[in-house]
Amino acid sequence: MRIFDPHIHMTSRTTDDYERMRAAGVLAVVEPAFWLGQPRTSPASFADYFDGLLGWEPYRAAQFGVVHHCTIALNPKEANDPRLQGVLDLLPRYLAKDRVVAVGEVGYDEITPAEDEALTRQLALAVEHGLPVLVHTPHRDKAAGTRRTIDVVRESGLPPERVLIDHLNEMTVGMVADSGCWMGFSVYPDTKMDVDRMVTILGEHGLDRVLVNSAADWGRSDPLKTRAVGDAMLAAGFSEADVDTVLWANPVAFYGQSGRLDLSSIPAELTTAELTTAHVTTAATAAVAAGGDYAGNTVLRGSPA
Amino acid sequence: MTTSNVPEIPLTVLTDEGARWLETAMERVRADAGALTALFPAAGRACGRGPVPGEPGWTLDEAVRARLLLALPQTGAELGETLFELYAHGDAAERLAVLRSLPALEDGGGLGDAGLPLVRDALRTNDARLVQAAMGPYAADHLSDHAYRQAVLKCVFIGVPLAAVAGLDRRSDEEMARMMADFAEERLLAGRKVPPDVWPVLELHPTLLTRIHALIGEER
Repeated sequence: MRIFDPHIHMTSRTTDDYERMRAAGVLAVVEPAFWLGQPRTSPASFADYFDGLLGWEPYRAAQFGVVHHCTIALNPKEANDPRLQGVLDLLPRYLAKDRVVAVGEVGYDEITPAEDEALTRQLALAVEHGLPVLVHTPHRDKAAGTRRTIDVVRESGLPPERVLIDHLNEMTVGMVADSGCWMGFSVYPDTKMDVDRMVTILGEHGLDRVLVNSAADWGRSDPLKTRAVGDAMLAAGFSEADVDTVLWANPVAFYGQSGRLDLSSIPAELTTAELTTAHVTTAATAAVAAGGDYAGNTVLRGSPA
Repeated sequence: MTTSNVPEIPLTVLTDEGARWLETAMERVRADAGALTALFPAAGRACGRGPVPGEPGWTLDEAVRARLLLALPQTGAELGETLFELYAHGDAAERLAVLRSLPALEDGGGLGDAGLPLVRDALRTNDARLVQAAMGPYAADHLSDHAYRQAVLKCVFIGVPLAAVAGLDRRSDEEMARMMADFAEERLLAGRKVPPDVWPVLELHPTLLTRIHALIGEER
C-alpha cells in the first residue's frame, strides 16, 4: 500500500514518526502551514516557519525516504491578530517557491471580518499564482462555517476543482460534494473523524474527489491513521485499487494541479505499478477536464517538460 | 573540488522557451535587482533541474540562478545585502545556488567580505548540503582561522566529505589537527567509529598521530 498524506504537520512530529510512516507505506506528505499552539506575534516568526517548511523539514523527511511538500498561508486563527497583517504581504514571495503546492490552510475559525479579509485576499493570491487552495473548516459552528466557505470560494472565481475543503464530517460532506470542491477528511484518534466513520462515508459517497489525511500535529493525533483507513477499507470489501485511488491517486491529482509536485525521488518500482498508471491517468484526465494545467506539467517527474 | 567559475550553460540543454526566459530574466535583473524576488525561485520551473553536461555537481537550476546573480548591477556591501536577503528567504535549492555562486560573484562583483554573513548562517545549519556548499573557495579565502577550523570539524562530524571542502591544503594547521585528534580520541573512548576523513589531516602532524595510534593500541 502506498500512501500520500495530503495534510500532516510534520514540524510537530519526531523522526520516529517518519520511520514508522515510511514503514507503513507513507511515501509523500503535504504539510500545510498552520498555527503552532503558541500564538506568534510578528510576521518575522512566520517567515522563519515558512523557511522551515521549505528548508529543514523536506530535508529531514528525505532522510527517511518521505517526499515533503507544503502549503503556505496565514491561518484563520492568527489572521485575527492585527500585528500579523504583514504576513499577507510576505505570501507572494513564498507562493513562488518550487515545493509550495497550494495556498493553505485558509478558512474560518471564529468567522470574523478579519478572517473574511484574509480568506478573500489569499483566494485571490491563489488565482494569481496558479495554485490550488486548502481550506480549513472551523471546529465550532462547522456547518454554517462550511456553507459560508463554499460561498466565498464560489465568489473568488477559483474553479471548485482547485479547492480542497478539509476536516469534513457527516454534516458537511454533502454540501461540499455538491459544490464540486474536493473533500478532505482528517482522521483522528477520536475527534473530527474516525476510521470506521470514514469507511462508512466512502461507502456512501464514493471515492471521487475524496482525500484522507491524518492531520497529525502537536495535539493528540496519529500519523498512521491514513494506513489504518486503508486497512479498514480492505477489511470492509474495498479493492486494493480503491485504496490506491483514495490514498495515492487522489492527492497526486489534486496537488498535481499546482504543476510543482515532484515525486521523482520515489523509487520507480513504487510509482510505475500498472495499478498506479491507470489511476493517475484517470485523475490526470479529470484534472484536465476540470481546466487544470496538470497535463502540461510532469507530476511524476521533477523537470519541466 | 568546487570551481570558482559558474559553468557556461550549453544552449542545447535549454529549451527555446527556457533560453528566452533566461535572457529576459537577466535583462530584468540588470535593470532592477528587485526583479530577482520573483525570478530567482522560478528558475527551476522555467529552465529545468537536470545536470549541466560537462559540469559535474552543477544542476541547471543552480547554474541559471548563478547567471541571474552575476547579472546584478551591484558590488561590495550592497551586493552582499541583496545576496543575504535572497538567501534568507530562499528554499534549500535557492540557498545552495547563492552559496555556490559566491566565488564567481567575488571575482565579478568585488564582493569582498560581504558574503560572509550567509556563509556563517549556512555553517550554523544542520543541513549537510548547505554546509558543503558553504565550504567552497569563498569560505576558504574569507573565514577566520577559528571559523574555518570549526567548519571543517563540523563537516567531519555531520558527514560532509573533506574532499568537497576548499582550501584544506593551505589552511589545515596544527590546531585543526589537534581538534581532529581530540575528536578521534573522544570517539575511540566511546567505542564508536572514527570518521576516515580525520586521518589525512592527522597524518600531517606525526605527534598527534602517534597519540591516537597509541590509544588505538590500548583499546586493542
